[in-house]
Amino acid sequence: MSETLDKPAAQATLNVVGTRPIRPDGADKVTGRATYGADYNMPGQLVGRILRSPHAHARIVSIDASRARALPGVKAVVTSADFPDLASEMHDGGEAASNLRDLSLNVMARGKVLYDGHAVAAVAAVSAAVAEEALSRIKVIYETLPHVIDVEPAMSPDAPVLHDYMFTEGLETPPTVASNIAKRHKNVRGDVDAAFAAADVIVEDRYTTQAVHQGYIEPQACVAAWAEDGRCEVWSSSQGQFMVRTYCAKILGLEISDIRVTPAEIGGGFGGKTTVYLEPIALALSRASGHPVKMVMTREDVFRATGPTSGAVMHVKLGALSDGTITAATVELKFQAGAFPGSPVGAACMTALACYDIANFTIVGWDVVTNTPKTAAYRAPGAPIAAFAVESAVDDLARKLGMDPIALREKNAVRDGTKASYGPTFQNIGYVETLAAIRDSDHYKSPLKPNQGRGVAVGFWFNIGGESTAAIHISEDGSAAVVTGNPDIGGSRASMAMMAAETLGVPVERVRPMIGDTASIGYSMLTGGSRTTFATGMAVVQAAEKVILDLRQRAAKLWEVSLDHVVWRMGQAECIDPAKPEKKPMTLAALAAQSGRTGGPISAQVTLNAQGAGPGFGVHLCDLEVDPETGHTSIVRYTAAQDVGRAIHPSYVEGQIQGGVAQGVGWALNEAYIFDRDGRMENAGFLDYRMPVASDLPMLDTIMIEVPNPRHPFGAKGVGEVPIVPPLAAVANAMRGAIGVRMSSLPLSPPAVLAALDGKGG
Amino acid sequence: MPELAYLAPSSPEEAARALASAGSRPLSGGTDLLVQLRAGRVKPDVIVDLKKIAGAVGVREENGGFVIGAATSGAVLGEHAGLVRAWPGIVEGANLIGSTQVQGRASLGGNLCNGSPAADGVPALIAARATCVIVGPNGRREVPVESIVTGPGKTSLVQGEFVLEFRLPARPARASDAYLRLIPRTEMDIAVAGVGVNLVLDAGGVVTHAHVAIGAVAPTALLVASAGAALVGGKLDDARLAAMEAAVRAACKPISDKRGTAEYRTKIAGVLSRRAALIAYDRAGA
Ligand SMILES: Cc1cc2nc3c(=O)[nH]c(=O)nc-3n(C[C@H](O)[C@H](O)[C@H](O)COP(=O)(O)OP(=O)(O)OC[C@H]3O[C@@H](n4cnc5c(N)ncnc54)[C@H](O)[C@@H]3O)c2cc1C
Repeated sequence: MSETLDKPAAQATLNVVGTRPIRPDGADKVTGRATYGADYNMPGQLVGRILRSPHAHARIVSIDASRARALPGVKAVVTSADFPDLASEMHDGGEAASNLRDLSLNVMARGKVLYDGHAVAAVAAVSAAVAEEALSRIKVIYETLPHVIDVEPAMSPDAPVLHDYMFTEGLETPPTVASNIAKRHKNVRGDVDAAFAAADVIVEDRYTTQAVHQGYIEPQACVAAWAEDGRCEVWSSSQGQFMVRTYCAKILGLEISDIRVTPAEIGGGFGGKTTVYLEPIALALSRASGHPVKMVMTREDVFRATGPTSGAVMHVKLGALSDGTITAATVELKFQAGAFPGSPVGAACMTALACYDIANFTIVGWDVVTNTPKTAAYRAPGAPIAAFAVESAVDDLARKLGMDPIALREKNAVRDGTKASYGPTFQNIGYVETLAAIRDSDHYKSPLKPNQGRGVAVGFWFNIGGESTAAIHISEDGSAAVVTGNPDIGGSRASMAMMAAETLGVPVERVRPMIGDTASIGYSMLTGGSRTTFATGMAVVQAAEKVILDLRQRAAKLWEVSLDHVVWRMGQAECIDPAKPEKKPMTLAALAAQSGRTGGPISAQVTLNAQGAGPGFGVHLCDLEVDPETGHTSIVRYTAAQDVGRAIHPSYVEGQIQGGVAQGVGWALNEAYIFDRDGRMENAGFLDYRMPVASDLPMLDTIMIEVPNPRHPFGAKGVGEVPIVPPLAAVANAMRGAIGVRMSSLPLSPPAVLAALDGKGG
Repeated sequence: MPELAYLAPSSPEEAARALASAGSRPLSGGTDLLVQLRAGRVKPDVIVDLKKIAGAVGVREENGGFVIGAATSGAVLGEHAGLVRAWPGIVEGANLIGSTQVQGRASLGGNLCNGSPAADGVPALIAARATCVIVGPNGRREVPVESIVTGPGKTSLVQGEFVLEFRLPARPARASDAYLRLIPRTEMDIAVAGVGVNLVLDAGGVVTHAHVAIGAVAPTALLVASAGAALVGGKLDDARLAAMEAAVRAACKPISDKRGTAEYRTKIAGVLSRRAALIAYDRAGA
């Protein structure tokens, strides 16, 4: 075969990958030109609004919308009666599977409302004011039911049961009584009891975390238009236009081919936009009214009705020999799933001990439904919660052993060849290198001041690959358009352009990265699981290689030489036929200019299902200072080291790390859902749901360790999720150092810290 | 659907007339009003912008004291060197509100009349013994700042009345003030407790006048006369500070809510009062 592909990874030097060009979407974002979900408008569009449940748990006795329909300007009212009643069916949309029936019931309540904020009806009207007035005219009669918010009370046998058809999965003996426990996960290795009996040192504690929201800046927004011929269009901000298409089709009983979804610019997702809330309702309203319908959530809607991640109660026990070898671990994780099953407890079980090589362990996880919004993915779903418990326990173990916390982790670290706690055998991981980077950092050696404490914690995330499509179109001037199916939530357009430019050998400014709608590019799993730079990036590189092969073939034709005598170097075809020394190299632009004569337009598409995503490890170091009279905490220094495989655009990798830390610090210090006695959320806004503001954090230092992933053309590993895994415990361990008391319940808010300090004195 | 009208009168009397109708609302910076409007919590049909009224915006010196237009933004207050020198506590209270963007708009008049128990601009004004000039259908009246707010979201202003300006007394030589609040974050947050302290010293550093006002720990900001009295007559020694802290804590009547427990708020109010007193004392040149 003479069709050999040039492998850019084999090139000794890289010209684009690893540099820091200005991001292609940057100017539009800072000038306000970027078109987000709420920026789309259609002629004749109506305003859609949702009526939400004021109760945490209630039976819907009746809905009377006649007075709303009678209001001039109201064009449609929909309830669950306008959606098909779906059977239970699992759908694997990428990072996590979801049950289509639950998805539908979450979009619009049927029979029962399961949380404060659950949608019960929606209207489309000529103005927001009319739509609001219409909502107030819909009469819903509820029969309120007892509700349950927290995970342990929800597991109790006398808890109000949310779903009378739900029987716990994963038990040795299938239960005969319905309960709120959807599933038990269990993973066992070795003989834990014997190992604890032989351990020299044992630590044990109970840990709790609160539900927290992703806190993306852009509330969900969409426009949906249903045409007379039954074809529909949706413009929306999400992490996956194909996900939106599938879910809308399923929830409304439509053909996939009848829906086209165009992704808007996205103002943050962090996992929270891997599902639908508005789009099916907007479509139903559009169908009923015959007009396009625009829907935009308020921040209050976002808090009350879109997925946070779980609150949890956990129990961790560790046993070690006096030399620091951890020989035994039991981990029990109880996760709030919200109104429907599907908390990230499974991933939490898999990641809990993933950084440690432990011979004997038992990990048990419980997925528990509660009268709270259905949880959605949030950056490394489940892993930060489990890491908070395990890393706190490891910190206590180091103290009890009198060992340096990094030395203890190094002693028990997983390495290449270690069988991971969740099954596979690690290869090409950079964990011990990352530990060493923190151990050797100036930060780790620097002294602390009074009332300051220092905490170390580590974290793991799988990262995934999966199905992606990429197309490259060469223009007649030799510039390239790179089209993928993945919304850009973390700077991925920049890395797509860079990888294409590197491979083609053209300046990155000559490459325009685009995100196609569902009818213009092949299927791609949503942007999640830190997969895009790895999997979609691989498709981009392969498409560029296909283009290069095509270009070489064209040059060979023009030069009348064999393909083997044409090489692609630095963006141009070179003739290496010794018989034709007179042939001058031909640039991409030159070849593109004569494409009409050599076979027509130059374009290539690659679809693939990428395997071999490299797992990621992070090691974080946090210094904080506590005001002993008020309990107020300031993060004074923070360094995060991470194995990134290869940083395609280092600034955006650093940005991912810093962003994960910022969110993790908020989770640790102040963020929490607060419910009143009736189960209504009390802090559905950024004033009282306290995410960190810029001035709350010092400059977050990052150290990128590059242990390349051989399965990616440039060695990339997913980087977006790992950095949120360690911060909760890094902060809590620093707090332990600062105040001398282990705080095992998040958030570590000022009143809680002061109470811990006062308790210590008493 | 009701329309929303916007008026921008140029004289106080015209504003009072415009505010006579029941559905009208004064607007200063709008950082409370517009947020509440959008959330549907207030539904006025006339908005009367006060910022075009002469005297409602800006700072001027009169009879040795300062007059602050009620609609003056925090940013303008922070740039007024004379005011900052004389009343650093009032300015720091006003400048704590929100963020740089909010500072371009937020005013002390709006902060006070919004009626939040946690308003950051108010305790230092009360501790300063500032007065408000109120303009209304029946002319002008001048009352102490603490008489305006009667409960969360409620004021003693009657229909048609608005606050035109704040008046601050002339400042003796060795005098200063301070305001401190506690929030879980560093900005864009609502006070769990706030304390303003205003001190006048004699040449020997003895406190001759002291006023302490607390915020976010009762339905309205409060002047704690006993706390001020505890500081008068000596230097700021531990015993006096302890007595003031105790008086502050005794005056706290907080609620427990999502922003903090009553116990925590009370404790913090004491801590902040001591710290604020020490800062004011230091600033006064002791
Ligand atoms: C992001 C953000 C952060 C904030 N942070 C803080 C904070 O840290 N601390 C804090 O205390 N507040 C904070 N606030 C609230 C608000 O900014 C302040 O209360 C501000 O001082 C209000 O002033 P304003 O001029 O904007 O008032 P406006 O919104 O114009 O008015 C507020 C209320 O007072 C009435 N009113 C206004 N002027 C007068 C007048 N002269 N006479 C009679 N009635 C009048 C209005 O009708 C309205 O009811 C914040 C607000 C935002 C949006």
